[in-house]
Amino acid sequence: MAIHSITVTVNGLKEHLDVPSNMTLLQMLREKLVLTGTKNGCMAGECGACTVLMNGEPTNSCMVLAVEADGAEVITVEGLAHDDQLNPLQEAFAEHNAVQCGFCTSGMLISAHALLERNPHPTEEEVKEAMVGNLCRCTGYLRIIQAVETAAKKGGA
Amino acid sequence: MPHGDISSTPTSEPVGKSVRRVDVYEKVTGAAIFTDDIQFGPGLYHGRLIRSTHAHAHIVRIDVSPALEVPGVKAVVTGRDVSTRIGMYLIDRPIFAGERVRYFGEPIGAVIATSEEIAEKAARLVEVEYDDLPAVFGPMEALQPDAPLLHPDLGEYRVANFIFPQPGTNVSEHFKLRKGDVESAWPKCAAIVEGTFYLPQIQHVPLEPHVSVALWEKSGQVTLWTSTQSPHAQRDLIAQSLDIPHGNLRVVSPYVGGGFGGKAGVTMEACAVVMARAVKGHPVKLRMTREEEFVGTTMRQSLVAHTKIGCDTEGNLLAMETEYYFGGGAYNDYGVNIARAAGYSCTGPYSIPNVKGDSRSVYTNLPIGGPMRGFGMPEIHWGIEQIMDQLAEKIELDPAEFRRRNCVKTDDTILTGMKMPAIDLVACIDKVAEAIGLGEKEAPSAPHKRRGKGIAIMWKAPAMPPNPGSSAVVRFNEDATLNVEIGAQELGQGSFTIAAQVAAEALGVPYEWVRVVTPVDTKYSPYEWQTVASRITWAMGNAVKAAAEDARRQILEIVADHWDEDIDDLDIKDGQVISYKSEREQPLKNMVIYGLPNENFEGWKGGPIIGRGKFMPTYVTNLDFETGQGPRAVVHYTVGAQAVDLEVDTETGQIEVLKIASAYDVGKAINPDLVLAQIEGGAVHGMSSAFEALRFDEAGRPLNRSLVDYRIVTSVDVPKEIHGDFVETPLEDGPWGARGVGEHVMVQTAPAIANAINNALGIRFTDLPLSAEKIFLALEKHD
Repeated sequence: MAIHSITVTVNGLKEHLDVPSNMTLLQMLREKLVLTGTKNGCMAGECGACTVLMNGEPTNSCMVLAVEADGAEVITVEGLAHDDQLNPLQEAFAEHNAVQCGFCTSGMLISAHALLERNPHPTEEEVKEAMVGNLCRCTGYLRIIQAVETAAKKGGA
Repeated sequence: MPHGDISSTPTSEPVGKSVRRVDVYEKVTGAAIFTDDIQFGPGLYHGRLIRSTHAHAHIVRIDVSPALEVPGVKAVVTGRDVSTRIGMYLIDRPIFAGERVRYFGEPIGAVIATSEEIAEKAARLVEVEYDDLPAVFGPMEALQPDAPLLHPDLGEYRVANFIFPQPGTNVSEHFKLRKGDVESAWPKCAAIVEGTFYLPQIQHVPLEPHVSVALWEKSGQVTLWTSTQSPHAQRDLIAQSLDIPHGNLRVVSPYVGGGFGGKAGVTMEACAVVMARAVKGHPVKLRMTREEEFVGTTMRQSLVAHTKIGCDTEGNLLAMETEYYFGGGAYNDYGVNIARAAGYSCTGPYSIPNVKGDSRSVYTNLPIGGPMRGFGMPEIHWGIEQIMDQLAEKIELDPAEFRRRNCVKTDDTILTGMKMPAIDLVACIDKVAEAIGLGEKEAPSAPHKRRGKGIAIMWKAPAMPPNPGSSAVVRFNEDATLNVEIGAQELGQGSFTIAAQVAAEALGVPYEWVRVVTPVDTKYSPYEWQTVASRITWAMGNAVKAAAEDARRQILEIVADHWDEDIDDLDIKDGQVISYKSEREQPLKNMVIYGLPNENFEGWKGGPIIGRGKFMPTYVTNLDFETGQGPRAVVHYTVGAQAVDLEVDTETGQIEVLKIASAYDVGKAINPDLVLAQIEGGAVHGMSSAFEALRFDEAGRPLNRSLVDYRIVTSVDVPKEIHGDFVETPLEDGPWGARGVGEHVMVQTAPAIANAINNALGIRFTDLPLSAEKIFLALEKHD
């Protein structure tokens, strides 16, 4: 397998990496950078657990090759809190008990973050639409939706 | 703020308060470690299972040599390398099939290689020759005298003494319930309703697929890192099956990304251990793909239920006769106890004087039927709760009133002869009927839509052996923060938070001082049978409470001696020992490790405080094989009610659930908001289950093995509102009266939906799933 040298900015840090042609962005994050907050739930773009921001867009990192991320800016769940302080979305998820097992949480937070960046005051329907690609089996979604609305009220992502 | 930051405002007496989860900071920052996140370095090997491509066949020949030639392949194991079976209640399941496969997808071997990709490629090269056997896919077909026998050796399998397989048939368990005399009761009935109900196999769909890493060291020490609800049960079952001394097998289990019963007992973990044995000294990771989750883990069993219930003119239930046939799949090692639970609870939450019940699990050539949230109860309530509505209609009684009249009440002698522990199901019915406006007709949102409301009630007991144990240890640190050690697992339900609340309350220290020791590790964590059966708040809660009280007693003894006071005058509040008599105070800080000096430092008292606690129910009895009667069938029941308001689109057959009201008697809500979180999540899980089904082709091959083809409810499908509520009738032996609620919250959602559909359309649906197509076709036929 051919190896490619890429440069990718992850959570504000520039990384120079050698990646094989078939390595996904998800594998690169988890295996090369040990950013294991991004989860592998299906490897098929169906569950949303691996959602990251790539150049500002919520992206299933299992469906993107690492080489495609060359030059890109990627934000993962590890990049949301600043100086150990939870951001408003993380704080709202905690406050609403919008977290149970936690496996979908990283992807949920990223999708919600992307939503609030482009639409700081979404309606309930807009929140539901934005999260439709992120599956959760524990919470029943309502608390997640409420948490996003609370974060929006408190001033966004 | 992370849990344990003691600079935050301390929470005194946290039981009954909605304190923040201990694990939430880790989980919203991506720091929480799950099994797949553990780093093993470059020595890690990867495995891939070789799975059967036939539903029922003899393995004639298996040639692994093409796989062994692939560069990077380190070993290949097959059923020839391990001939023992494994299982929870009935030891019927080979770790790898040897001579015979019984379902499409059954593991027949595995490849171990330097990468997952190489292992997958090599696994495809293994040549297997099969000689097909006739296959059988439905439980009713499998009961026919000429049906192929899946387990000719059924009579030789080891089995728990309360499970009754029927050798020479495909019946892996038969539970009989006989109470009163149904035959003489039928003529007294003013209304009788009889029906056949069907539920397909469905999947748990935890977001985290099953994953295990096993290491077999040359010294004989074996470690299994795994995502499981059952670290200690896995140690026990795998040690027994592979003849490993229990002390040499260590199971480490970090956070679990959803379980729902799918990660209870042993599924694929023993495969990983056998694979590791072939490459000693190297950890081997075995991770299920999403497709494998739908094929090769466990599924909820299918059910065919024939049920007949009758009542008198006033609506008092008189008799019930029911036959439950669970489609158990190819192996029923755990599933047999689901049929048993469905048998001893076969009436649902009703007092019925005459009952004849037969509950069987039946082998079929489909994926393994195993435990899933509700453990037999969602299956049996699907029919029972529809019949109750039909009976109410026949004798012209309001469905809520019919249930109030007949539902089980405190001190009732229930169907097994056991006295019902204190509960208040009527209060649950009242709450949901009011919240949904049951009986009040409301207008649909469009002319082509019809609106309806329905109610359903439930009961469920923890289904387990009579003597599942729990234990806990409480150890102090110098600053009086403390570590609580438990073997219970955090699956998302909040067990770690409950452990911390219970310890803090029982000791008299702030919640923030308590840390829960993670991950669960059988080498260090005290014993816990399994995190199943909604038993953890109750059983682990009791153990943690006992450990904390043990530590508290030790502390008070030291201080009473030190102050020369009566221990009964002392208490611990907010981390200080106080005397109600002398009004003296002694902070726990330092003294819980260093003890206290005598006057003028003439010697010392005390020393490091370690509290220990255990809990095991000692009062459960086996039941008579012929009648299912006995003094104490189960530890207790949790009961609850749900009501649904929905619309049906008559143009598409689609159902939109507008609101679910849900109320359960939890005894005591240790953390009220976590109870409500269970109630809400469970209602949506229950709703989703009404629309889910695994589908198979005529050869037993699963058709919908992806999250696109097997749809679960998403954010756009959820009801606008879930009204959660609870009742607190204390349980005699629960911590502060608490009993579990994690599974109950989805048990009766599907029949509540079916009753609401009937209310909207006047059509009964006896078979799940409630697909739009099925509803549309029924509407066409009906109109």
